Amino acid sequence: MMRVAVAMSGGVDSSVAAALLRDRGWEVVGLSMNLGGPGAGGTDRRCCGGRDLLDARAVASRLGIPYYALDFHADFRREVLRPFADDYLRGRTPSPCILCNSELKFRRLQTAARRLGASHLATGHYARMMRDESSGRFRLFQGADRGKDQSYFLFNLGQEQLASLLLPLGDYTKAEVRRLAGEWRLPVAAKAESQDLCFAPSGDYRRVIQAVAPGRSRKPGDIVDRDGRVLGRHDGLEGFTVGQRRGLGVAAEAPLFVVALDPAGNRVIVGGRAEAGRRGLVADRVNWIPFPDPPARVEVEARIRSRHPGAAAVVRPGPGRTARVEFRSPQTGVAPGQAVVFFRRDEVLGGGWIREVY
Amino acid sequence: MLRFSATVGRSWSAEPTVKRIYLDHNATTPQAPEVGQAMQPFFTSEFANPSSIHLDGQRVRHRLEEARAEVAAFLGGETDEIVFTGGGTESVNLAILGVARLRPGGHVVTTAIEHPAGLEACRQLEAEGHPVTYVPPGPDGAIDPDGVIAAIRPETVLVSVMHSNNETGVLQPVGPVGRECRRRGIPFHSDAVQSAGKTELRAKEVPADLLSIAAHKFYGPKGVGALYVRRGVRIRSLHPGGGQEDGRRAGTEPVALAVGMARACALARRLPFRYREWVGPLRDRLERGIRERLPGTRVSGANAPRLPNTASIRFPGMRAEEFLIRLDLEGFAASAGTACASGTPRPSHVLRAMGFGPAAVRQTVRFSLGVGNQPAEIDHLLDLLPALVGELRRGMPASAAAGSGSRRRWLG
Repeated sequence: MMRVAVAMSGGVDSSVAAALLRDRGWEVVGLSMNLGGPGAGGTDRRCCGGRDLLDARAVASRLGIPYYALDFHADFRREVLRPFADDYLRGRTPSPCILCNSELKFRRLQTAARRLGASHLATGHYARMMRDESSGRFRLFQGADRGKDQSYFLFNLGQEQLASLLLPLGDYTKAEVRRLAGEWRLPVAAKAESQDLCFAPSGDYRRVIQAVAPGRSRKPGDIVDRDGRVLGRHDGLEGFTVGQRRGLGVAAEAPLFVVALDPAGNRVIVGGRAEAGRRGLVADRVNWIPFPDPPARVEVEARIRSRHPGAAAVVRPGPGRTARVEFRSPQTGVAPGQAVVFFRRDEVLGGGWIREVY
Repeated sequence: MLRFSATVGRSWSAEPTVKRIYLDHNATTPQAPEVGQAMQPFFTSEFANPSSIHLDGQRVRHRLEEARAEVAAFLGGETDEIVFTGGGTESVNLAILGVARLRPGGHVVTTAIEHPAGLEACRQLEAEGHPVTYVPPGPDGAIDPDGVIAAIRPETVLVSVMHSNNETGVLQPVGPVGRECRRRGIPFHSDAVQSAGKTELRAKEVPADLLSIAAHKFYGPKGVGALYVRRGVRIRSLHPGGGQEDGRRAGTEPVALAVGMARACALARRLPFRYREWVGPLRDRLERGIRERLPGTRVSGANAPRLPNTASIRFPGMRAEEFLIRLDLEGFAASAGTACASGTPRPSHVLRAMGFGPAAVRQTVRFSLGVGNQPAEIDHLLDLLPALVGELRRGMPASAAAGSGSRRRWLG
């Protein structure tokens, strides 16, 4: 029997993933990453906090599989929380879930799974993978449930990581997964979804930043327009994201958007809708999945946020794993620090991190 | 597409598919069959409350007091010096809180390597206004008795030093400390939970005024322990109630468990001999075998006197957490530090107190053997070890299989 480790978060998705694999005859071992510890953001409801580990354990017990919770709190702090805080404080908008995937789940956890004798690590992501017979490369696709698709969060994975990954939920819809969980009477069948960041319950990410980088946040500064005219005051750069409309506290005739963040001057720069549009961006640390070396020019649907519908764009790879991405029509809310993921039909071609916008 | 079999949804199977080899006796021991037999009547026909005035109660009372006498004999004490408790933690709590709370603000001396039962009780005392001194161990895991004695002040009301440490097995120098405390008239408690049954333990010879033991560490049932309280030493009970156990532990006595404990004590008469002559050589065989196959591994507390069954071993270049899981999946039960409710091992405060850096703590595994272990089991582990450790250090899979997770062929 082949042994597979399943990353169990205590949620319905990873629980059903484990059940499906067990049903198919794999020797399943449940693994959780214990991210908790002082200053981890201390959640007791969402992913990987104390309550969720107990749920994962209960599911494992119901399925009759071994279950272990590994101590990841130092790695979490180093690979996810610190960059999260640093990014915000530098006027960028981070994507901690993507980092958690590529650095914790599909690096440390996947390595641990191998060391435990498992050939693969499986997760409950709604995404699909296949191996291209001609190139021998693994390719990543959206899951059957387009509304739940999570392939965006996996753009960063290398071939080695994809090779030992299993995605049992790729062919299923969320509704089907919930139904299966109910039929199998899994303890988490009716559990609520985690909408927020797993380490910031009720969305209070600023408190996490304060805990991780004490003394560096909550520095008041000016809100200015593109000409530098002061329109108001803000209470900390980390409270803002490019494209944001709400919470500016500035009265104006036309709606104002955050157009840019200036960490050097500690300023939030706002503008009207016309000024908020961006022609393109430069991405770095670009990862390509179906091909080792990208062509000179790729036409894609570029998604600049996980819930972004995608914008037609042309990608021109540059030196040092960078790429210029030019949108066919201007886009708002292009935030440095976020990931830009390149889709072609339902395939994830790759993506990178937004370094600058223009 | 959605075919699922009846096997999913089955609850935790009691039947392991790999033969299990148990090397975690310091965590708990298997209950001896005679212990279960001795307890049976008290779960069935002998159910009365030992405090009742009727004959049914009197009969049970008689058995309970017989059990108490057995435990007293085991510890070399008198029957009125034995309090039945709910286990080792309760005994330790009762000793420490029970003595110190009679003298508000009194100073307590203990060590940094005590079991959490003792440490948390002392932290509780600090919260109640008692100053506490935690004496650190030397790098070999043994407390320096002079260090403990030097920490005693005029206002010290209790000294508590464990008899042997559960993680390293190191025997602590309770003799000099106990004698000094006796000389100064300060009550001395020793947490002997790990020592009972594994090594000679006589309250008067320690010498201790209070001694804590737990039945499940020497092949008795879980849920019962005892506190030896020398005549003349007063303690305040933890829980108010009906005055049982001479006012020291309220609540209807756990007769069945106490009888089980007594049977375990009777059986344990010969245990120190068995541990020395049978288990000790197995432990030495394990340590020698590991050292030979994996140079670079180190035994913690090797230079100090230890319990014959404990091997705390550091494996450089490895994560103990992963090692334990891998061993578990291969059929071997061992441990490291203490576990929290979710199953994540907590880093060992004992090893840290001994000067281990965080990395070294994460590399340390504890094997604790019992009278049921066999040489073949040790050899089986030794045979597996080099390959296992090799894989864990390199991060290489045993079988590297590539393949897509999807059952379907996809169009590109």
